Amino acid sequence: MDTYSFMRQLADSWVLLAMFAFFFGVILWAFRPGSRKMHDDISQAPFRNEDRPALDDKDAALLKGQDNG
Amino acid sequence: MLNYIKLILLGGVILFAALAANWAHDLAYQVHALLILVVGIVMFVWVLRHTDEPVAVSAGEAAGYMDGPVRYGIVATAFWGVTGFLVGTFIAFQLAFPVLNFDWAQPYANFGRLRPLHTSAVIFAFGGNGLIATSFYIVQRTSAQRLWGGNLAWFVFWGYNLFIVLAATGYLLGSTQSKEYAEPEWYVDIWLTIVWVAYLAVFLGTILTRKERHIYVANWFFLSFIVTIAMLHLVNNLSIPVSIWGSKSVQVFSGVQDAMTQWWYGHNAVGFFLTAGFLGMMYYFVPKQAGRPVYSYKLSIIHFWALIFLYIWAGPHHLHYTALPDWASTLGMVFSIVLWMPSWGGMINGLMTLQGAWDKLRTDPIIRLMVASLAFYGMSTFEGPMMSIRAVNSLSHYTDWTIGHVHSGALGWNGMITFAAIYFLTPKLWGREKMYSISAINTHFWLATIGIVLYASSMWVSGIMEGLMWREVDSQGFLVNSFADTVSAKYPMYVVRGLGGVLYLAGGLIMVWNMWMTIRGGASVKAPVGVAAE
Repeated sequence: MDTYSFMRQLADSWVLLAMFAFFFGVILWAFRPGSRKMHDDISQAPFRNEDRPALDDKDAALLKGQDNG
Repeated sequence: MLNYIKLILLGGVILFAALAANWAHDLAYQVHALLILVVGIVMFVWVLRHTDEPVAVSAGEAAGYMDGPVRYGIVATAFWGVTGFLVGTFIAFQLAFPVLNFDWAQPYANFGRLRPLHTSAVIFAFGGNGLIATSFYIVQRTSAQRLWGGNLAWFVFWGYNLFIVLAATGYLLGSTQSKEYAEPEWYVDIWLTIVWVAYLAVFLGTILTRKERHIYVANWFFLSFIVTIAMLHLVNNLSIPVSIWGSKSVQVFSGVQDAMTQWWYGHNAVGFFLTAGFLGMMYYFVPKQAGRPVYSYKLSIIHFWALIFLYIWAGPHHLHYTALPDWASTLGMVFSIVLWMPSWGGMINGLMTLQGAWDKLRTDPIIRLMVASLAFYGMSTFEGPMMSIRAVNSLSHYTDWTIGHVHSGALGWNGMITFAAIYFLTPKLWGREKMYSISAINTHFWLATIGIVLYASSMWVSGIMEGLMWREVDSQGFLVNSFADTVSAKYPMYVVRGLGGVLYLAGGLIMVWNMWMTIRGGASVKAPVGVAAE
């Protein structure tokens, strides 16, 4: 089989199926039980950390140490 | 140590540029070689003067967000925007009054050379700088992380603007590979590839080191824009230079394959540059300005995946009734029509974000710009699929209707969401409370809206009239109108279109004045950026 026919058949069958499966998989994944909490959380991301980056655990620990001392 | 390597590389660039300027086969290549020579020498001296000098980094600078490139990017966006609008208005009048193709300025300032200057200035210079600046701003805020890669972000800004200057001067001097929206010749394409890889590295590096658990939806859109543009750019610009000392190159593809590659590129430049990238802006700035999260985060996920899965197939609708096989152009048409759904899903998601905040539409001109922008997004994503239907396309193709459609999308959707982003960012980036004049924003909004309405309606009339005149046959089956008949019939519409451009340009100038006054006037009310972590 020449390359064109092979690619054409592959595109029409398995690749088409794989793309549909991936696409519907993504949609179903978005609607999985328990996703609402995560989506609510991430949709608030623009309203956090507007002025400066979030602290690392390391930075936070350092600050806590300073407060105590 | 790094500086020594830089000096050696810059020395090589300077030597090569000097040789290239001497042995250049054509004027555009020679001018570009001299330009690169000057840039190389300036950078060489700059790096040399900073070699073995102590590097001063204040703690706050290293800990805060990196907003320098964003500030420069916003200024560049406004500058290139006004430049692009000016050139566009001028060429609109060139079409109405051909005498404006001045004899003394030939061949540099005729319509044929200024037109790609206009399209590249508004799409790649205005839109591109806006996308780079806003994506750098947004990815930092939504990842809670400083930009990755240190000064690489500066390289992206300056490198991208060097690309713009090379492209723009090249068009005027006659260097083009004649691919619409991909006109720059081979060495400019190679430079853009290098800059784009750096852009991807900065963006992806920031996402990978993020301190938020999830990747916010705006960043998904920006990432798909960066990755897809890289792929489109590489494939559509596959060409072999005739000589390393000249700008001319020869395309690898030919015939219908070349046409299909070009419009696969061309339509996805619309889909991923002008749509996905700007949707990234929309998904951040609309919630921020409205003060409430996006209406449905689930819908935004579906919007994203549906948009990128569908857009990539829509290109063949540019090639109805050509040598392209029927099945391919039908495929493009079907996918274009299906695309209507995610587009409107996204528009509804943006508009519904204002649910409960609609009163702001009366008081906040920035919200007004955003709503108008989303409305134009909805209108042009309805018009586009309709025009992609083969029967409609047989009337609309090659007429002014296409130009009207593009401008209602570009001026309405891309322009207005960018203006809104500029008005949102300028006070924040320069530490001002708000823009210098709120009523000037309102004036800008109305000038831009009326300008677009004049533009789009005159092009509908002109385009449909032109299409009908071209196909009109008498009882014997002969064509009724000559081509020149349609040209003279379009004159009044061309004048109205030019006036629409004048209004839009005037709005842009008011924005620049407002930015100027905001940036230079008054003390900063707070320092939103570069604050040391407490």
